Amino acid sequence: MATAELSNLKLKAEDVKLHEAFPDAVSVETRKGYSGYTVKPKHLVEVATALRDRYNFKFLSAATPVHYLEQGQMEMVYHLYNLDAGGGAIVLHAQTSHDAPVLPSLTPIFPGADFQEREAWDLYGIKFTGHPNLRRILMWEGFHGHPMRKDWKEAYFEQDSKPYDTRWPGGQVHRVEDKNPFGNNVAYPDGFTLEGWSEESDRTMYDAMPVDGKGLTTEGMQTDYVTVNLGPQHPSTHGVLRLIVTLDGETIVKLDPVMGYLHRNHEKIGERNTFIQNIPFTDRLDYLTPMCNNHGYVMAVEKLMGAKVPERAEYLRVIMDEFTRVASHLWWIGFFLNDLGAFFTPALYMMTEREMILDVFEATAGSRMMVNYMRFGGVSRDLPPGALETLKELAFERLPRKIDEIEAYLTDNEIVRSRCIGVAALSAADAIGYSVSGPILRAAGVPYDIRKAEPYGIYDRFDFNIALGQTGDLFDRYKVRVFEARESVKILQQALTQLPEGEILSGKQQYQARVPAGEAYGRIESPKGELGFYTVSNGKPNPYRYHVRAPSFINLTSLGKACEGWKVADVVAILGSIDIVLGEVDR
Amino acid sequence: MFGTGILKGMGVVLRHLLGSYADDLKYLGRKYYSSDPKHLLTRQGPKGKGAMTVMYPDEKMPVPEEFRFTPFLVYEEKGTEKDFRCTSCGICAKVCPPQCIWIERTNDPKTGRPVPQPREFHIDIDICMNCGFCAEFCPFDAIKMDHNYEMASYDRTVKHIMNKEALGKPLSYYASIRPRNFQREETIRAEEEAKKAAKAAAAAAKPAAAAKPAAEGGAAPAKPAAAPKPAAPKPAEGDKPAA
Ligand code: SF4
Ligand code: SF4
Repeated sequence: MATAELSNLKLKAEDVKLHEAFPDAVSVETRKGYSGYTVKPKHLVEVATALRDRYNFKFLSAATPVHYLEQGQMEMVYHLYNLDAGGGAIVLHAQTSHDAPVLPSLTPIFPGADFQEREAWDLYGIKFTGHPNLRRILMWEGFHGHPMRKDWKEAYFEQDSKPYDTRWPGGQVHRVEDKNPFGNNVAYPDGFTLEGWSEESDRTMYDAMPVDGKGLTTEGMQTDYVTVNLGPQHPSTHGVLRLIVTLDGETIVKLDPVMGYLHRNHEKIGERNTFIQNIPFTDRLDYLTPMCNNHGYVMAVEKLMGAKVPERAEYLRVIMDEFTRVASHLWWIGFFLNDLGAFFTPALYMMTEREMILDVFEATAGSRMMVNYMRFGGVSRDLPPGALETLKELAFERLPRKIDEIEAYLTDNEIVRSRCIGVAALSAADAIGYSVSGPILRAAGVPYDIRKAEPYGIYDRFDFNIALGQTGDLFDRYKVRVFEARESVKILQQALTQLPEGEILSGKQQYQARVPAGEAYGRIESPKGELGFYTVSNGKPNPYRYHVRAPSFINLTSLGKACEGWKVADVVAILGSIDIVLGEVDR
Repeated sequence: MFGTGILKGMGVVLRHLLGSYADDLKYLGRKYYSSDPKHLLTRQGPKGKGAMTVMYPDEKMPVPEEFRFTPFLVYEEKGTEKDFRCTSCGICAKVCPPQCIWIERTNDPKTGRPVPQPREFHIDIDICMNCGFCAEFCPFDAIKMDHNYEMASYDRTVKHIMNKEALGKPLSYYASIRPRNFQREETIRAEEEAKKAAKAAAAAAKPAAAAKPAAEGGAAPAKPAAAPKPAAPKPAEGDKPAA
């Protein structure tokens, strides 16, 4: 295929006529409520390569598996973006039978598909030919079955979808834990006995590490590679994460994150839930940014419903999102300094400011973190009396002052600078290839912010700038976040001044929302990156498919690459700079 | 010069340190500053300068009205009787995301129709995710979110599955923790009562004036008579949207 054609650089998704360019391989999606194209699996790699090289759709944002039980099909849905042109995605659907699902892997051309394909293998059992390292990622090796398949049932399975019939009108209370998990509810592999069980399954992980390589040779002395575990748990209080590293002396040869310790199969729960019941569950994804999680999810469902959001509710959403961004970035600065060794003084200063913001969340939504604030077609509660004054005081007085103070405190600090400048620089090409999004993508010099590139809600009304780094090193990531916090304050000042009176919720809220059949992908710029919700409805009260494109999870794909060649002591700092929250990584 | 950045940063720390003492002096001699909850709010608010820690449990932050913890059932006091507002319509049990509400409905042995009072009502507060949907969607203002967050106990197996008795709290309690919401709801209730009364009066006047067989007009007031307390109409049984 030809290399990037200049005229295609700014191509929008709707201008690409993929079915004309590939009449044999691609057809326009015809199912009602669906968009994009269907690609024949054997041409998938060819089409994806052409999209990347010829049409400049270099960013494979999401790779989402869906199990259509009745049709007997597994489907992978790919969302690709042109970062230079902005706008919507090109959506590709590739189908395979669900009996022995096999699809070609896109990891060789889009390394960012790595973890997502592993997740699809783990949870759906789709085999990707050509994937370099197709292991389970959220469940443990040796787990029996693929839990997201529609015919797989969990241990305490009660019914396919909520509400459960036993709750009303019969109402005989029972505790779920009283049901013996070792009864018929749990499936084990054939021939499994507890006595015969061993930790063999870890072997596949270590086998993927370079063990037979020769270490560095210094003056006639030869060393071996050593493979060690960092964590589970230690990688420094960000949650339960484990990093397997192969070291050459103190230098990292290869690093592989192991996750899933906090896995609760959020998506399976989400598909048992009704649409509205998922809103409080999204709070528990990235628990530092619950407002944004709410926003992303309700946007996806609103797309399906075609719901209108009243003016005031749009403003309230922006206000809550941006305060969340400030809170999240401040929290990150504090804990990044922890990772660098400045034990808790900066973290506590940042928490003080975050606490002010959370107090307003509590007064408005009812809870500091588990806000459950947004609804389809608006928000659930208006600001209480006095809250607007507090918010204005924060946005106009306190936060700008405090962000200045942070800069005075840290930006010139020589220790911070020497630990950060030049460390683990991620190039723009790598960042895009690894599907990295959010502040670390911008730190690498890619001016891509969904609030500008594909403005949602009312973001096109505000005047703000995109933060941009140059080298993608740790210091750029720090500066990008400080800058973004400032820009958020700028948006807040505008939104708080313009906030109109009026309705906050369109129509009467139904306790079971009616959602027409179809697929929708709603994405927002969360403080961590692109937070997307892919939802499929088949017209029933429960989502047929509910998928979270978790920015922390996908950003972690780049960790191995970023750490290569750096010292053990840098790993914690590099990990910290990505800003992961395990609630979202493990889901 | 190397080190100036660090010194500048230390200056910030020093300012924080001294600032917290300067602020403390204002409260000198008062145990835990808590003689007045207003002090707490000032220290914690956006104008606060010093330490913002709270010496829990000796001093407690007042919670805002919207704060929600676990739900409780509202009853009105009729003498010594507890008159629960709940009609066991089941909406809260259906909307509850972790499905932690169990409602037992009964039928009147004579008429065979559902009694608008739950025989038993259970909430497993260990499973409750404090989302507030039950209170938000209850059409009878019968279940509300509580402010009490001190519910730890030594035996979760017994104490944390709460029954109707344990969940019940008087209307006056609700009015005291959520005065604004209470006022708003009572106004709506009063309006609806007035509307209903007017409608009933009109319907009663009609058959007297014209000797027409009241086919439509007569049916309307008959329905609310079945459920005397609730202001809103009782939702139909098996209230599920078409799947
Ligand atoms: S929604 Fe209200 S009235 Fe209906 S069962 Fe629940 S508490 Fe009772
Ligand atoms: S607050 Fe939410 S989780 Fe708790 S009982 Fe009510 S609906 Fe259920």
